[in-house]
Amino acid sequence: MLLAGEPMSPDATRTKRLVGLVPQDLAIYPDLGATENLEFFGRLQGLKGPVLRQRVAEVLDMIQLTDRAYDRIETYSGGMKRRLNIGIGLLHRPALLILDEPTVGVDPQSRNAILESVELLGQEGMAVLYTTHYMEEAERLCDRIGIVDHGELMAEGSQRELVQIVGQRDRLTLTATGALAATVAELETMPEVDDAAVTGDGITLTVDGAHDHLPEILSIAGKTGSVVKSVDIDSANLESVFLKLTGRALRE
Amino acid sequence: MGAAWTIARKDLKLRLRDRSAYIIGIVAPLGLALVFGFVLNPISDFTFTARYAVADLDRGPVSALFVDDVLRSTKGVRVVKVASVAEAEALVDATVNPLGGTGDKQGADAAFIFPKGFSADVQSERPAAVQVIGSQSSQTNAGVSLALAQGYASELTSVRVTVATVENLTGRRVDRLATGVKVLQTPNPATLVDETTTTKQLDPVTFYAAGMAIFFLFFTVQSGVTALLEERRTGTMARLLSSPIPRSAVLIGKMLSAFALGIVSMTVLMVATTLAVDANWGPPLGVALLILAAVVAALGIVALIGGLARSTEQANTASSMIAIILGFIGGTFFDVSQAGGALARLRFISPHGWFMQGLADLSAGDVSVIITPVLAMLAFGLIAGAIGMARLRKGLRA
Repeated sequence: MLLAGEPMSPDATRTKRLVGLVPQDLAIYPDLGATENLEFFGRLQGLKGPVLRQRVAEVLDMIQLTDRAYDRIETYSGGMKRRLNIGIGLLHRPALLILDEPTVGVDPQSRNAILESVELLGQEGMAVLYTTHYMEEAERLCDRIGIVDHGELMAEGSQRELVQIVGQRDRLTLTATGALAATVAELETMPEVDDAAVTGDGITLTVDGAHDHLPEILSIAGKTGSVVKSVDIDSANLESVFLKLTGRALRE
Repeated sequence: MGAAWTIARKDLKLRLRDRSAYIIGIVAPLGLALVFGFVLNPISDFTFTARYAVADLDRGPVSALFVDDVLRSTKGVRVVKVASVAEAEALVDATVNPLGGTGDKQGADAAFIFPKGFSADVQSERPAAVQVIGSQSSQTNAGVSLALAQGYASELTSVRVTVATVENLTGRRVDRLATGVKVLQTPNPATLVDETTTTKQLDPVTFYAAGMAIFFLFFTVQSGVTALLEERRTGTMARLLSSPIPRSAVLIGKMLSAFALGIVSMTVLMVATTLAVDANWGPPLGVALLILAAVVAALGIVALIGGLARSTEQANTASSMIAIILGFIGGTFFDVSQAGGALARLRFISPHGWFMQGLADLSAGDVSVIITPVLAMLAFGLIAGAIGMARLRKGLRA
């Protein structure tokens, strides 16, 4: 494995400097304070003196623990511990930040703060490898997504690419009145449309890229004498992709 | 080395915030040493005192020699001369102290009765007898009186044999009284001083102070190895291993902190027992070398146990059991060196045994006498430690 062109191994100390690790388990010392934890891991990363003190202060500010900096970790809430756990990984400004399920067991406010921080880090140019079971987090944060099942990479790409890989399509529901049958007949001539049908209060159809083709579909409806009152798009999402790729059997 | 020192400092900080470290490293061994010290101090300060009555009906030179040169020259003995056997018996019957000597009280722990003609019988070849009456309520002091009389009787027999031999060889009669008195007053030409290593002993107070210190040392340094396994359990090992430091720095850091704790613990115990119960550990340089070697030995053994263990619990249990077994074999609870035979030899399979032996040797000699114990303990530590460290390093994982 290469990282920034450097080989990665347990003893590759130079390459390890490029990585910031945030393990899923809280990798902090509860009998020490936040400052002591940050200073200890900062020293192991080669930081010292004023640079170390400055980075500790910056990280404490970033994870909003400045006012509790000297309290022992055992007195912190779960969310505060999670934030410190992430802060330690950021201390030495790594080129690659590895976050392993950082929002597990975290209250909504802390979770949102963590996600905002990760978004910010990404915008600043840091590569973030983010492991999660929450699909909405991956959808919100990630440019590229890999789906791993039983240690095997099942698929990898952008969200759109993943949806296309598995052939998942959007479900479109038009609440409409008028010449519904004529509209359905015309829509079925579109290559992106399948399963168009008249329902009790409108039309349903399956579309490849509903958002892209919505103007054309509405135009056809108008031309064929249907009056559309509302549109509902049920887009293919990562969850459906994940379930399609990994099956619905319960995991251990 | 910087990373190892950083890890060691962090571990020391954590240990200093952990009350159990003080209990295991200082409070428990010091408490036990002080208890043993206070219990044993009165015994170590014990001075023999006895009051003996003498009814010298003989009034001859041989009985006078016993009273003046034997009884009165024995430290702690007070002699009360009485005129009759009845008076001597009355003094013995008056003794009421069942535990010790009569001291300044009235009465006598025992009485010596020299019958009329005792000296004349000794100078001739007739049998002579001195009667000893001991008090039942002061059996120890009565036993001492019997031993004194028996010793004197043996010397008289020796003199009698010597004089008879001289007379036979020279064919001349010897002035038996003058010769006998001269021989009896002459100090023994040679005394046996037994200084074999097996019989050198620490005083009881120092013995228990040192015994408890080395016994608990193993529990103190155990924390270094269990901290390594604990880092794996709590997840911090993943972060340590992901840091840009050599893996060996993690191991060295743990060992450094355990080594420092061991040295501090032993030093505190040595100073505290010296000040509190007058323990006499010996010359500081020799003691320092022994402590250093003992800490290395303890560290090596617990590293080996930690390297073989699969979990913190397993390592703790195994380390505790082995520390207790080695402590018993090594004679930290009772002085097995005086037991002789296999038990005394067996103690050398334990660093505890070498440590106690080293201190005992040091109490009777200079620093050079501890070279063997120090080398033995270093060998224990380095061999066991090398195997243990290799296994621990191999098992370093998140």
